[in-house]
Amino acid sequence: MPVFDLSTTPLRELNSALHTLSKGANDTAFEIVNPRGSHAVAVGIDSPVSVEVRGSVGYYCAGMNDGGTVTVKGSAGPGVAENMMSGTVVIEGDASQYAGATGRGGLLVIKGNAASRCGISMKGIDIVVHGNIGHMSAFMGQSGHLVVLGDAGDALGDSLYEAKLFVRGTVKSLGADCIEKELRPEHLEKLAELLEKAGVTGVKPEEFKRYGSARKLYNFNIDNADAY
Amino acid sequence: MCGIVGLFLKDKSLEPQLGTLLSDMLITMTDRGPDSAGIAIYGAPAQGKAKVTLQSAHPETDFLALDKELASAGIDAKVTVKSTHAVIEVAADAIAATRATVASIRPDIRIMGAGDSIEIYKETGLPKDVVARFDVRSMGGTHGIGHTRMATESAVTTLGAHPFSTGADQCLVHNGSLSNHNNLRRELIREGMTFETQNDTEVAAAYLTAEMAKGKDLGQALEGALDDLDGFFTFVVGTKSGFGVVRDPIACKPAVMAETDQYVAFGSEYRALVNLPGIEDARVWEPEPSTVYFWDHEKAA
Repeated sequence: MPVFDLSTTPLRELNSALHTLSKGANDTAFEIVNPRGSHAVAVGIDSPVSVEVRGSVGYYCAGMNDGGTVTVKGSAGPGVAENMMSGTVVIEGDASQYAGATGRGGLLVIKGNAASRCGISMKGIDIVVHGNIGHMSAFMGQSGHLVVLGDAGDALGDSLYEAKLFVRGTVKSLGADCIEKELRPEHLEKLAELLEKAGVTGVKPEEFKRYGSARKLYNFNIDNADAY
Repeated sequence: MCGIVGLFLKDKSLEPQLGTLLSDMLITMTDRGPDSAGIAIYGAPAQGKAKVTLQSAHPETDFLALDKELASAGIDAKVTVKSTHAVIEVAADAIAATRATVASIRPDIRIMGAGDSIEIYKETGLPKDVVARFDVRSMGGTHGIGHTRMATESAVTTLGAHPFSTGADQCLVHNGSLSNHNNLRRELIREGMTFETQNDTEVAAAYLTAEMAKGKDLGQALEGALDDLDGFFTFVVGTKSGFGVVRDPIACKPAVMAETDQYVAFGSEYRALVNLPGIEDARVWEPEPSTVYFWDHEKAA
C-alpha cells in the first residue's frame, strides 16, 4: 500500500499518483500521514481508489472526487468534497464551511459537526451529518439529500430547489421558500438506506422531519411586480 | 484573504516561548497574505513602568540620541531600538507626556502603541522577514496576536499593516473588509478619536477603544461591534490581560481555535496550530458566527 508522508513529500506527488493509476491497477489503497492541515489533499480522484488520511486536512480535501473512497481520520477545512461526482468521503471529525458544496453525486459522511453552508448548491450529492450543521445550509440546493442527526442553524434551505432535507433535531430557522413537508413512506425508505450507508445505528427514520421547497420562488409572481 | 494567529497562555512555563510559537504560527500563514506582517506581544508589566512602541521611516536619524533628548525634556526613558521600531520604557504616568514630547521633537515618528505591557511590531514584507527583523522569536510574554496581510481596503504601508492599536494595551487584527467604516470613522472623530490611516480595520479598533472608554469590558464592546459594524470580519483582539475573538454573522472568513490546559490558540487555518505542544489532544473547534469568545488572565485568576 503506497504511504505518502506529507511532512516530507510534496502534495503534487500524492495527487499525481492518484491521477495516473492505470485502469485495473491492483494497488489502489493509499495512506496519507502527517497531513497537518494541508490544502487540496486527494483532489480530482477519478478511479475507485481508497485513501485513508491520518490527521486533519485544510481546504478542499477530496474535491471533485469521482469514484474514490476517502476517509479522513480527523477534521476537514472549508470545501471538503466540493463538487463530488461519485464515490464516498467520510470525515471522522468536524467539517468547516461549505462541505459538499455543488456536489453532483456520491456520499459525504461527516461524523462530527459541519459548519455553515453545508451542501450549498448541492446538485445530487447525499450528505449525512452525525452532529449539527451551521447556518445557510443547503442554500439553493437543487437535488440530492441532506440528512442531519443533530440540529440545523439559521436559514436552512434558503431559496431551495428540489434537494430533500431531513433534520432529526431542531431547526433554528428556515430560509426563504423552505417549508416542513410530510414524511412519506418513500422518504422513510430513502432515509433508512442513507443511514445504513453512513454507518448510523440506533436511529430510526421516523425521528426525522423533512424540509423542502415551497416552490414559490420558481416563477415570477405578478403580485410582486410592485417590488421591482 | 489575510492570515491571523493568536496565542493566550495559561501555563506560565510556556511564556518564554511565546515569541517563537507565535512566529512559527504566523510564518505558516504566509500564503494567506504576503503584503505586510505584524505582531503584538504582551509581556509581564514592570512595576510602575509603561512602554511606548515607536516606528520611523528613518530610524538611524530619528532614534539617534532620542533618550538624551527625552531626558532633557524631563522624561526618564530607556530606549531599545529594533530595526525600524523602538520601544521606550518610561514611568507609568508618563505615557501622555512621552507621546507629546515625541510628537514635538520627532514629528516623523509614528506611535504604534502604548501601555503597561504591549509591544507592537509591523512592517511591509513577508512574515519570516518581519519576524527576523524584530527578533520576535526571542520575546516572551503572556499573550500575543499576529497578522499577515493581503491588502484590500487601503494601501500597503507600515501604518496599514495590522495589528492596529488605538488605546492603551489594546490591539486588533482583522480578516475581512468593513463596508461602513467611512461613516463610523466620521462618528468616532466627532467623539474625539483620531485616525492615522484610511484603513477599515483602524476604525474597528477605534470603535472598540471608544466603547471600552465608555466603561464596557472587551466582551461587551465586541457584542456592540456585531450590531454597529457592517461587513465581513473575523477579529482577534488583545487587551492587557485579555484575548477575544468574534466573527460576523455570515462568518465566511475562516477561523479555528484550540484550547488545552496550557493555552488558547487561534488560527485562520488549522495549519497554523499544528506545531503547538499537545495539539493532538486539544479541543479544536470553529468559532460560531456572531458569538463573542473572550479569555482574561485577571478574571480567570
